[in-house]
Amino acid sequence: MAILVTPQTRVLVQGITGSFGARHTQLSLAYGTLVVAGVTPGKGGQVFEGKVPIFDTVSEAMQQTGATASAVFVPPPFAADAILEGVDAGLDLVICITEGIPVNDMVKVRRAMEGKKTRLIGPNCPGIVTPGLGLDSHGGCRIGISPGYIHKQGNIGVVSRSGTLTYEAVWQLTSRGVGQSTCVGIGGDPVNGTSHLDVIKLFNEDPETEGIILIGEIGGSAEEEAAAWIKANCRKPVAGFIAGATAPPGRRMGHAGAIVSGGSGTASAKIAAFRDAGIGIAATPSEMADTLLQLMKRA
Amino acid sequence: MNLHEYQAKQLLGERGVNVPTGAVCATAAEARSFAEKAFAGGARLTVVKSQIHAGGRGKGTFKNGFQGGVKVCKTPQETEEKAASMLGQVLVTKQTGSDGRLVSKLLVEAARDIKKEFYVAVLLDRATSRPVFMASIEGGVDIEEVAEHHPEKILKESIDPAVGLMPYQSRKMAAALGLRGEMMTQASKLFAGLYKTWWDCDAAMIEINPLAIMIEPDGREVLVAVDAKMSLDDNALYRHPKIQAMRDLAEEADLEIEASKFNLSYIKLDGSIACLVNGAGLAMATMDIIQHYGGNPANFLDVGGGASREQVTAAFKIILSDPNVRGILVNIFGGIMQCDIIAKGIVDAVRETGLKLPLVVRLEGNNVELGKQILRESGLTIISGDTMADAAQKVVNAVRNVSPSAN
Repeated sequence: MAILVTPQTRVLVQGITGSFGARHTQLSLAYGTLVVAGVTPGKGGQVFEGKVPIFDTVSEAMQQTGATASAVFVPPPFAADAILEGVDAGLDLVICITEGIPVNDMVKVRRAMEGKKTRLIGPNCPGIVTPGLGLDSHGGCRIGISPGYIHKQGNIGVVSRSGTLTYEAVWQLTSRGVGQSTCVGIGGDPVNGTSHLDVIKLFNEDPETEGIILIGEIGGSAEEEAAAWIKANCRKPVAGFIAGATAPPGRRMGHAGAIVSGGSGTASAKIAAFRDAGIGIAATPSEMADTLLQLMKRA
Repeated sequence: MNLHEYQAKQLLGERGVNVPTGAVCATAAEARSFAEKAFAGGARLTVVKSQIHAGGRGKGTFKNGFQGGVKVCKTPQETEEKAASMLGQVLVTKQTGSDGRLVSKLLVEAARDIKKEFYVAVLLDRATSRPVFMASIEGGVDIEEVAEHHPEKILKESIDPAVGLMPYQSRKMAAALGLRGEMMTQASKLFAGLYKTWWDCDAAMIEINPLAIMIEPDGREVLVAVDAKMSLDDNALYRHPKIQAMRDLAEEADLEIEASKFNLSYIKLDGSIACLVNGAGLAMATMDIIQHYGGNPANFLDVGGGASREQVTAAFKIILSDPNVRGILVNIFGGIMQCDIIAKGIVDAVRETGLKLPLVVRLEGNNVELGKQILRESGLTIISGDTMADAAQKVVNAVRNVSPSAN
């Protein structure tokens, strides 16, 4: 089953002709993902790599190809517009990879999305992977920029704000022969579409997911909110890691959302919330997979 | 990006927020000249305020021994003297660290008697993804302490970004602060200007502390933004060229400015183990694991997803400019990138910079074996780490075994 996307999900790419979007579309196609359409305004009628038709608008691409999910690779000044175009067209899922979108643009996007059926993942995220059954997990659904080959199909759900830290956790699992149901990067911005908690709820309901790795970082209180819900509702073992214990207060650590301000959003508060919720805490980022596997053995 | 008080007040004043009459002065003579005009215009006091990007100015100490980066003066003569004591001097406050900041500009304002002080701020509420006003009757004090000990004294008003701050919300906040009658009208105008500034300028936060009721020489009461702190959303600076021009490079660390030229995200810390990592989350986690094994990180450094050869070389040069660095940990998860290309970049950078310090490299991902082979066969003394834990322990040990005098 997995969550959010399956190998059958039909994907369109907004910004398919930009260098970044093109590169990762090629990688998704090579992974076996059903990339069925591209959207670049003004380039409708062209064909990407001889196989993916390009449309001027998202709604045309949807109508003609049956795409239900989109990857957004357009530059920051145009990203809010691209997201809302996908929402307006009625996509199930919009995954925005773009880094550097003005916060107030995202405030407006979130407001405009209220009451709409579309789920937004990101922005400033690595995307989502539901691994396939082939060699190096080939045949899965890869939307975004994650390396596909590090995955393996299986029963662990991974959710994280950070890209490379997600890869680290996934690789630890795969190296131990343990596969993943779905891996979701929710992004490092202060305003995003899908929270840790949203993804945890989906994993909790997914019959194929048996254990969860929850990776957080300093800033905001999304990890605390997820922990409170897990404590009361989650039926599955969860292991967690929080990055940024050594980060100085008041400084943004790369991600726009990774900042301790006014004494809130500290790693220690988040770790305490995890502990209180019975989440297994990885003492170092090297121990994310082992911490979960030990919890699962005990359960 | 942060702004100086005088810059924030300029942006606020242009949008209808009542700010004190003042002048930005780079010399004591300018301060005197403004003060003479202010006293001639009926002011009984002036205030001389050091312009640096750090709080705690009033209680700060200059390195020349002069106490206080904010001074109230009774005459033009005193204004000039106080300005002369501050300009060109280094002010140390609880927020500057021991290095302090050079004061090269002062904001000199006409001061009034203050009847009552409040706190008001606009910022992003991450829990709701909406702007929020925060206000308190406890003004002029450390708001974090109020939040901790008297959360009931802080009121919050969430703003719907589709309509912005509505007048009824301003009246509601004014009433809660006890601002009635004519004061309610003034507060509503000020809050509207504050929100407009926040939204128009893509601010991350604007804090007015204190917002004060001041008494004019004719006995009239006016609501004034006595102090203002403002930071901006870096992602939105591209659409505000005028605000970009307000950037004060003297307030930023030299190495951080250099790093930003290469699109490197670098933050200097106080430790001795430098790290070079791809990805912000992994970079933070690498700092954390260094500390977990008993070391101290010298910096945060995210070379980004690409990590080109030029970027890696620039990153090494920046790291090595920090005299506290005794060892380096490179941690790259080459998901999409090829580890062999990264390895070549590292070898080039080490040769080009003539690196003598212990270097531990942990590579993972595409072509990792080839990458490791390139490092091994480079003839350079590069220590290889297999996992993050292994690499962190190796660099901590290597630094421990190097006596500081050897460098």
